[in-house]
Amino acid sequence: MSVARTSAVALLGLSGSLVQVEADLSANLPGFVLIGLPDASLGEARDRVRAAAANSGCGLPTRKITVNLSPASLPKHGSVFDLAIAVAILAADGTVSAESVERVVHLGELGLDGRLRPTTGILPAVLAAARAGAGIVMVPSGNADEAALVPGIRVIGVASLRDAAIWHGGQFEPIVVEPLFVPKAIEQQEELLELADIVGNDDAIEAMLVAAAGGHHVFLLGPPGAGKTMLASRLPGLLPDLDAEQALEVSSLRSLAGIPVGASLVTRPPLEAPHHTATAASLVCGGGGVIRPGAAARASHGVLFMDEAPEFSPAVLDALRQPLEAGVISIHRANAIAHFPAKFQLVLAANPCPCGQYGASDSECVCPPMSRRRYLGRLSGPLLDRIDIQLRIARVTAARLRLDGDTPRLATMDARARVVAARAVAAERLKETPWRLNSQVPGAWLRAPERRLGPATTASIDRALERGGLTMRGYDRVLRLGWTLADLDGATRPGADQIGRALYLRRAL
Amino acid sequence: MAAKDVLGRRGEDIAAAALTTAGMLVIDRNWRCAQGEIDIVVVDGSETVFVEVKTRTSVAFGHPLEAITTQKLARLRRLAAAWCDAHPGSWDHIRIDAVAVIAPRIGEPTVEHLRRVF
Repeated sequence: MSVARTSAVALLGLSGSLVQVEADLSANLPGFVLIGLPDASLGEARDRVRAAAANSGCGLPTRKITVNLSPASLPKHGSVFDLAIAVAILAADGTVSAESVERVVHLGELGLDGRLRPTTGILPAVLAAARAGAGIVMVPSGNADEAALVPGIRVIGVASLRDAAIWHGGQFEPIVVEPLFVPKAIEQQEELLELADIVGNDDAIEAMLVAAAGGHHVFLLGPPGAGKTMLASRLPGLLPDLDAEQALEVSSLRSLAGIPVGASLVTRPPLEAPHHTATAASLVCGGGGVIRPGAAARASHGVLFMDEAPEFSPAVLDALRQPLEAGVISIHRANAIAHFPAKFQLVLAANPCPCGQYGASDSECVCPPMSRRRYLGRLSGPLLDRIDIQLRIARVTAARLRLDGDTPRLATMDARARVVAARAVAAERLKETPWRLNSQVPGAWLRAPERRLGPATTASIDRALERGGLTMRGYDRVLRLGWTLADLDGATRPGADQIGRALYLRRAL
Repeated sequence: MAAKDVLGRRGEDIAAAALTTAGMLVIDRNWRCAQGEIDIVVVDGSETVFVEVKTRTSVAFGHPLEAITTQKLARLRRLAAAWCDAHPGSWDHIRIDAVAVIAPRIGEPTVEHLRRVF
């Protein structure tokens, strides 16, 4: 047979689609043509495949080879198609079984010596293959562990093109080669940042607990040294473990970003803390031909911590508005649209003014009023509007430190248990709705007759609304926080106490 | 004659014999003009065929057909036109073929014939 086909996967963002790789051999002067919208690195597959085939002892036929990647309109990039191209040609030549090749999805880059190199993005590619109904996927040995994380698909790890040909029924003597591996994933035995390390900032600890329980975004305002960074870095520790689907998504994003995935899925929520010189492309997602996940996408199902938030360029901060609203980042390019998940929890930290001392009891601010105003003005209203918890943090005083020395403090594991319990209560209450966390619930639903709180309970926020201290939107946010506080306290609905504390959590600005 | 020319000559003889065996009529060999040389011209039914022969003793440095480049084919096409000009008659249907001969120093040569390569 002079035509054979197999499949591979083209990734666009985090979603992949199956690509048919067809090889045709025709009686003409020897040549190798690759068509079907390949990019530069895929175009180089020609030379890689030719050398790899020759050096692994199953040379390509000296005929005119035409390889087509279809659908031809879908842009394809990267070196992951090498293996599929090579086996399709060998099958067209009759060296290996065409039926066997046709029912397997092939992923992998070939080295010139014929060995298969591990590549990035294997996990989302295998996931896409499994969702498209493929039964068997062949990957480089170095990626076999990663590919095996996907349920419902048989994974074949092969070390070289020769091994792949033998698996497909090629008549070759096996040659044992040393498989190529990526550097081992750094076993991030999550050095658990202990919540109990934080001294004398009980309000802030409670705010973090509320943030974790309700999935609320947080804005921390305070002078340098007040412990904003310390607090923010402990938030991922308070979040519950990722469920199976989230773990797969987080691991896929890591795989796509080129971080080794290893043999097990990521189970803890990620923390991304981009530097304040970050560009919009690095934070959201960007890149020319290949669109790579940015920090916001990598923080999906975890925490995106932006320290010194006013130092970020306003355009970068505002680029987060759409992901915050939609939970998805959509990147539009001339030839395609890529979607990345962006269900992160945002933590912003800022000093109250450029010198950082404004409002601190123990030192004097030297900033003129105008620069102070301009400083926080860099955080746009629409962005702050989306942040439920806005807390002012004070420096710890010596007296406080001494006082707190003896009292028992909340440990991370205990706090996480409380968060898990509170989330379970919220999920139970919201089980008839599309929402799972209090932060996702719209205000109208909370103010509906069956959930409306009594006038005695909401007296404090009603008064604030009348006086103009709280907008209607702010009112709804306080209500949400009140429900989260009630979930944490084990109350069936918020009382005056919870509403009062919720109002306190919005007092920063 | 240099060794490579001897090999080329031998390859062309083998190719011409193979074409004759295949039922074609050799009407010209090593036709030269200012632009170059046509190895073999044969008549195959109603078609006039211009054949480029490439000979090697082994495939250690690549298959002989791989050495026929697009430039070489373009020249062959120009030569075909020149041959038709120089030979009065009606040459309605022309074709360009390539023949690869692998002729080891000891043993039987193998011949591969590709039709309509251009």
